[in-house]
Parts: sequence; structure tokens; C-alpha cells
Amino acid sequence: MNMIAPTSSIASAVATPRPQIRIVIVGHVDHGKSTLVGRLLHETGSLPDGKLEMLKAVSERRGMPFEWSFLLDALQTERDQGITIDTTQIRFRTPSREVVLIDAPGHAEFLRNMITGASQADAAVLIIDALEGVRDQTRRHGYLLHLLGIRQVAVVINKMDRVDFAQKRFAEISREISEHLIGLGVTPSAIIPISARDGDGVTARTPRISWHQGPTVVEALDALEPARAMTDLPLRLPIQAIYKFDDRRIVAGRIEAGQLSAGDEIVIMPAGKIARIKTVESWPVTPVAGKLGAGRSVGITLDRELFVERGDIVSHVGTAPRDTRRLRARIFWLHDAPLAKGAQILVRLGTKEARATVVAIDKAVDPGDLASIETQLIQRNHVGEIDLALAQSVAADPYLENPNTGRLVIEVNGRIAGGGLVLSVNAGERAIPIDIVPVESALQDDERSARYGHSGAVLWLTGLPGSGKSTIAQSLERKLFSRGGSPVFLDGDTLRAGLNGDLGFSPKDRSENIRRLAEVATHLARNGHIAIVAAVSPSADDRAQARRIAADAFREIFVATPREVCEGRDPKGHYAKARAGTLTNFTGTGSDYEKPDAPELTLDTTARSAADLAGDVEQMLAKTGILSAEPADIAANI
Amino acid sequence: MSDAIPGVNERLSTSRSGDLAPSMDHLDELEAQSIYILREAFARMKKLALLWSLGKDSNVMIWLARKAFFGKVPFPALHVDTGKKFPEMYAFRDQYAKEWGLDLRVDPCPPIDAVDPTLPPAARSAARKTEGLKLALAKYGFDGLIAGIRRDEEATRAKERVFSPRGIEGGWDVRDQPPEFWDHFNASPPQGAHLRIHPILHWTEADIWAYTQRENIPIISLYLSNNGKRYRSLGDSDITFPVASNAANIDEILTELNTTKVPERAGRALDHETEDAFERLRVSGYL
Repeated sequence: MNMIAPTSSIASAVATPRPQIRIVIVGHVDHGKSTLVGRLLHETGSLPDGKLEMLKAVSERRGMPFEWSFLLDALQTERDQGITIDTTQIRFRTPSREVVLIDAPGHAEFLRNMITGASQADAAVLIIDALEGVRDQTRRHGYLLHLLGIRQVAVVINKMDRVDFAQKRFAEISREISEHLIGLGVTPSAIIPISARDGDGVTARTPRISWHQGPTVVEALDALEPARAMTDLPLRLPIQAIYKFDDRRIVAGRIEAGQLSAGDEIVIMPAGKIARIKTVESWPVTPVAGKLGAGRSVGITLDRELFVERGDIVSHVGTAPRDTRRLRARIFWLHDAPLAKGAQILVRLGTKEARATVVAIDKAVDPGDLASIETQLIQRNHVGEIDLALAQSVAADPYLENPNTGRLVIEVNGRIAGGGLVLSVNAGERAIPIDIVPVESALQDDERSARYGHSGAVLWLTGLPGSGKSTIAQSLERKLFSRGGSPVFLDGDTLRAGLNGDLGFSPKDRSENIRRLAEVATHLARNGHIAIVAAVSPSADDRAQARRIAADAFREIFVATPREVCEGRDPKGHYAKARAGTLTNFTGTGSDYEKPDAPELTLDTTARSAADLAGDVEQMLAKTGILSAEPADIAANI
Repeated sequence: MSDAIPGVNERLSTSRSGDLAPSMDHLDELEAQSIYILREAFARMKKLALLWSLGKDSNVMIWLARKAFFGKVPFPALHVDTGKKFPEMYAFRDQYAKEWGLDLRVDPCPPIDAVDPTLPPAARSAARKTEGLKLALAKYGFDGLIAGIRRDEEATRAKERVFSPRGIEGGWDVRDQPPEFWDHFNASPPQGAHLRIHPILHWTEADIWAYTQRENIPIISLYLSNNGKRYRSLGDSDITFPVASNAANIDEILTELNTTKVPERAGRALDHETEDAFERLRVSGYL
């Protein structure tokens, strides 16, 4: 059989001793991009033998002065015939860099192509005509480089021969473009006066620019750094998928920042679940030991069964990303239809996708002229800041903290329509409902109250563990049911086993726990039931939030049993465990319970029975208009 | 062949920047990116297949898929068979489909009469493959096809996206490609259309060989010099020709690539019949 399994010789003829750097040359039309590229190819010895001489001869024969841009045109034609050099990725070498020049069409119409190309670059060269100065496309490209996260920008001021190599003109343009770029957070790595046509400043510091202290173009390219994997930042491993091809359950993804190894304690956001990395899986050799860093596509197994899904982010405890439903971002918009306030879009953050509503638009502007700022729409090829309300929690970082996880892409109708940088992550803000058309019940409120003898209510029993909330609630439930009512008992612990099973006991999770209880209870109340919530709910803020959610239907009932009494009862053994130190974060043993300031009712269980106290609640409900005056004996009224 | 290649941790004991984590070399970066793309494709498409042409590029791609999915290729490998490949290629297919545990689907191309007669002969022959592909797509209902094309191979391929939408007829609209950046891909083809996914678009011919060597991936012997000639690219035996070369092993191929000015597809007749033959093929759905 004619097959060859090659030997595993590691010696590789293509191993490049120079770091590879991908650059994009941008700038206004006719400011000399092609001329500079032609000149660079020539001066770095990257042209095929005899090519230049041939082109010069052709120009002469046709009676046209030779232009460096002919070179690119000629290469383009040849490339189109499948010969020699590919102009979409021209390669050349500087003394210490292997440069790959990425083609990024400059025409404004094809901004999406410019962005697609430029997004792959490590660095950019922004070219400006010394005579024309900074133009709209110069500004637009500068702005987009910033939004694409390209921080290394060398500015080249070309056609200095047309302004007699005037240092003053160079200084003027330098100042203008520097201000523009620095305003965007991009500090030019160099500003270089050149004449691409004559060669000044490209590789040689000629006498005509003897006043220039900085580098030549080739020196500037030589100083650019390849985008480095962000190994020094906190770990971010966005989950791509969970694979169960065999008995392993492998969480797969690419490390976007930081590093990991087996044994690490991790937290999976946004849910905040804690686990340990059991193994780092690979193929064909597995498992692998040692640290793996940013840029690697990896697979890990965990030491416990957790529900994790695509879009979650694996991070280290203490340096996790925030979870949020609100983001502010600075974006560029590429879609034909403008982005309007109120628009419903799909947001992609790493591997997470979430529906979102644009709740505000700010500073929308054409990045070419930066005038006429709008606040309602972002037009095609314009930029702006937006506030997004997300339909679900996501894990995110501000761009300044993590360039990889701090950027997002917007999709409209399944097509990428824009993208940008996350400016801020507003954790904790309530989401604005999205895509929701509430459907009303077919029944009228009075139909329900006629049947139940009461209108809907949320009875919120708060108090220390062991204070008797559940016992009172059960007694009340029985009482209301006996008189034809429709009570529903929502016990905090019971709901934690299901609906709130993903929540822990951090202050944030406690808040979310309360919020969900309040939402469920309010929904029941709107449908005429009396929801009886029994939950410690130690935080006054959380209870205030519950009151806001349930509004008029809310009745706060403080079960004010003193702590010593509760501790003596200790029905669930919590106090004993807390004392023994095996139960941390337990409310009531510390001073973290915040008593209600103005409850609708206060109950003390030390002297009275649950049934008795339930009677007090009943009276309060009658007094505050929840219970109808007469028990609902409809038959008696006929 | 031997599976004995060094583990990730052994191979990369040096650090470029003083980081604790071992840094990645050029091939590591290419590999990680391709794995990311393959996993995105698998996560986002409903019915995926990998186009296996049996050549060096698609073999690397299968290798990458095995890395991405920890040894298993979780979608079919589709060989749209013109029936005119070299015998060595068929032998390779049958051996490694088994050895690599592939779910191999071999689908024949329609007879040549079914293909646009205005195309030049070699292009017409290749267009047969496009027709075969359309038939296979209709038969299995794939919404994503993973293909091993590279930007450096050919000018029109250089304009490709990583996730490249095709029309209902399988056509490619090069003028209206969606934006694609930061490794976010457009993965929602219109109903009835499909996507091409290009996990090795960013690789070069030299990268493919260097990786094949490093990973010990088996190759077909036709790529190596025999009597002063070797194939740089393998297609149908009647329209693919060898180039002059003395490169008898991968090291020598790599050395040759460093100096050659001959394009990779020089031996592929279909690229050179008319100026726009290849673009016409691609617009109508050729790889």
C-alpha cells in the first residue's frame, strides 16, 4: 500500500524565527495606501525578481510616469490568474517581524468587509495625505480601529513631497490626528512623515526629513507586537459545549484569558456555581497535566455534577466576571436598517446568546465627521452607545478589564449587524421585560372574588428561623380554605428545592430568591389567590423590593418571636449546626436580620397559639379590604 | 502508524513571555482556532457533515475534528465521489475511514451529461462534483458542510468567510457576504439553504505540511516525489497533474515551498481553462 506515515521529526522548515504580525493599512481614498504597499514590498526585498524593472519598462513604453501603485495592480492581475502573490494577504519581512498585510477594502460602502478584515489585525497603519490632511474616512477608520480593539496604530503622513517636507504641516496634522485617536483611547505608536513615491521615511531617513526624530515605517512595523494571548488576566473560559461521547462529561471551550490546570477551584458564571477541575482532557494523549493558558481550546471535567451550559463562563473564585442583565456598549452598526431605541435584537457575548432590548441610544454619530449627534437611531456605518436590557443573566466584563470577554456582537434576523465594546456592566439592575405580550386571564377579578370571598393578596411572613412562620402559614391556609377561599402556601425552603434550586446563600442569591418568591406570589395574587409566603427574608431592601413587585396586594407580617425562643425550638436543627460551625451563612445567629419598620401586622408566638395568630391575620385581611365582610355563603343570600 | 506524539504539556515547556503557562507556537495557534471553529459549527448547526476529499487538507481537518471532540468525529464524513480519483486515494479512504472510526458516506456524482455543457471540459468535470454535492445535500438534509479550503490556495477562496452562507441553490454571493469578526459567525442559513464552514481557512499550504509532520498524520504517497514529479494537490486523476519536484519527504516539501513561485493549484487543469472558470464554479457552489 502506498501510504506513508511520516516520521515525527520536529525540525520544521517553516518555523519562523520572527514573530508574525498581522497589519492592516487604512485611511482615506487616494491618500497613498497602494503606493506605500508597493514601496514596502520593494524596500523589503519581497518582490519577484525583475518585476519592478519590467513594470518601469512597460510604463515607459506607454509614455506614463511610473507609479508604485502599478505594482499592486499588476500583482492583482497576476493573482487573479493564479500566479505568485496573493494580494489579500501580502507577506513581507522587516528585520525582526514577519508581516502579513491583510486586505481591508477602504470604500465606505464596504465597511463590513473592512471590519471583517481589520478585525484580524494585530496593528494598523493609518495613512494621511499631507496636503489634504485628516479627512472623514481617516476619522472613520481611526474610530473603527478603536472599536475593533486595535490599540497599536502607526500614523503615516504621506506625500510630504507635495508640501515641501514642511515640518510645520506635519506638526499640524500630527496634532489633529493625535487628538482624535487619543480621544478614542488609542495612542499612536509613531507618526512618520514620508513620501511613499520617493521613498523618504519608508526605510531611509532622508535629508529632506532630517528634522524627523522618530522611526521610519519599517522601523515602526518592526516595533509592533503580535497580539499576545491574555494569560496574565483572570481566567475566562466561555463554554462552547458539553460533550458526552463516552463516560466522560467534558466541558469544552477556548481559554480567552488567564490559565487553568487540574485541581483549580472554579466558579461558573452567571449562576455562581462552584466546582473543582478534575481533569484537563485532550486527544490523543489524555489527561494533560500542567497549566494551559489563553488561546488554547480545551476540555475539562468537573469534580461534581453541575448543570452548566453553553454560554456560561468558567472563572476562578474571587476573580469571576459579573453577572448582569444590563450592559452599556459602544458599537458600530452595519445593518441596512438603522438601530432604533426599543429594538429587539440578539446579543452574542462570547458563546452566550441572549435576546435584548435597546433601552437607550446615546451619542450616535457618523464617525467620519462626528457632528450631528442623535439619540434615537444609529444609522448604517455609524457608531453610538447603547444600553441593553437582556432577557437573561449573562456573565460579562467591561472591555477595559478584559478585551476578549468585554465585547459583543449584535445579530438581526440571523445576520451579524453590528458589534462593539462593553463599556459598563450594571449588575443588579432589574431587567426590562423583553418580547413579552402579557396575556390577560379570561376571568374577571370580581368573578374570582365572588367565588373565593376575597381578592388576591401577598401575605409576606418574615422572621427568624424557628419563629413560627410556617406553622402560622399552615394554620392560616386551613382557615382561609375552610371559608371557601383559595390560599396558596409558598414556603421559602420548599421553593429552594425547585424553582430556586440554582441559588445559594450569598446576599445576591438571597435577593434573587426573594425576587422570585415575590414574582410568583404576585402572579397568584393577580389571579385572585392569597399567596402566603413564609421566608426569613432578613434584608429590608429585599422585602422592599417584594413590596414594589406586589404593590397594593402586599401585606407584611412580622413574626417577632425573640431569638432565644427560636433557638430553643430549633425545629430544623439549624441553630445547633450554626453554633457547631457546620452551617455558615445562617441567618439569625448573627445580627443580620433587619426588622421591618412598618409591617401591616406583628405577631409574637411566645404566648399564643398559631391558630390564634392566624385569626389576627384574618382580621387584618378583613380590615384592609382583602376578605369580603361576609363569609362567602352565596346560597344564604339567594 | 504510531500514536506516540508528545503530550501538550511535555512539548511546550518553554515560555516566551515569562508567563507561567507555556506559550503557544504558530501551529498551536492555528490548531486552537480550527478546533474553536469546529466546535462552534457542531454547537450551532443541526445537521453537519465534513467533506472528505481524501487530500492533505481534509485529512488535517479530520485530525482537528478528532482533537476538537476528543477522538470521535461526531458527524458523517462525506465523500462525493467522481469515481475518477487515484487508486491510492480510494485505498487511503477505506483504510482510514475504519481506523479513524468515521461515519463515512460515499455518494456518487451524476453522469457528465447532467452538467452545464458551456463549461470548459475540466471545469465541467469538476462541476459534476458540485452536482453530486447538491444531490447529497438533498438526500441527507445537511445544513452545514465543513470544507477544507484555505485562503492562500486561490484568489476567490481568499475572500471567503469562515461560516459562509450558501443560497437555496447552493450558490455563493461574494458581493453580499455578512460581516464576520471576533470569531462570531453567521450560523443561520435561510430555510432550505446551507452553510459552508471553513475551519482551516487561515492555514497555508506550508502550515498543513508542518502540522501533518508534527502530528504524524498519514498521507497519500502521490504527494511525494516519484521520478522527479509529485502532486501538490490531488483531484480527479484525469484533470490533475504532477509538478516537477524532488521532494521525497515532508521536510523536503517544506523546503521546496519556501522557495517555489509555482502556485499550489498549478496542476489543477480546471483553474486555468478560462480566466473566470474557477469563480464561476465557486459561485455555483463548488468548493
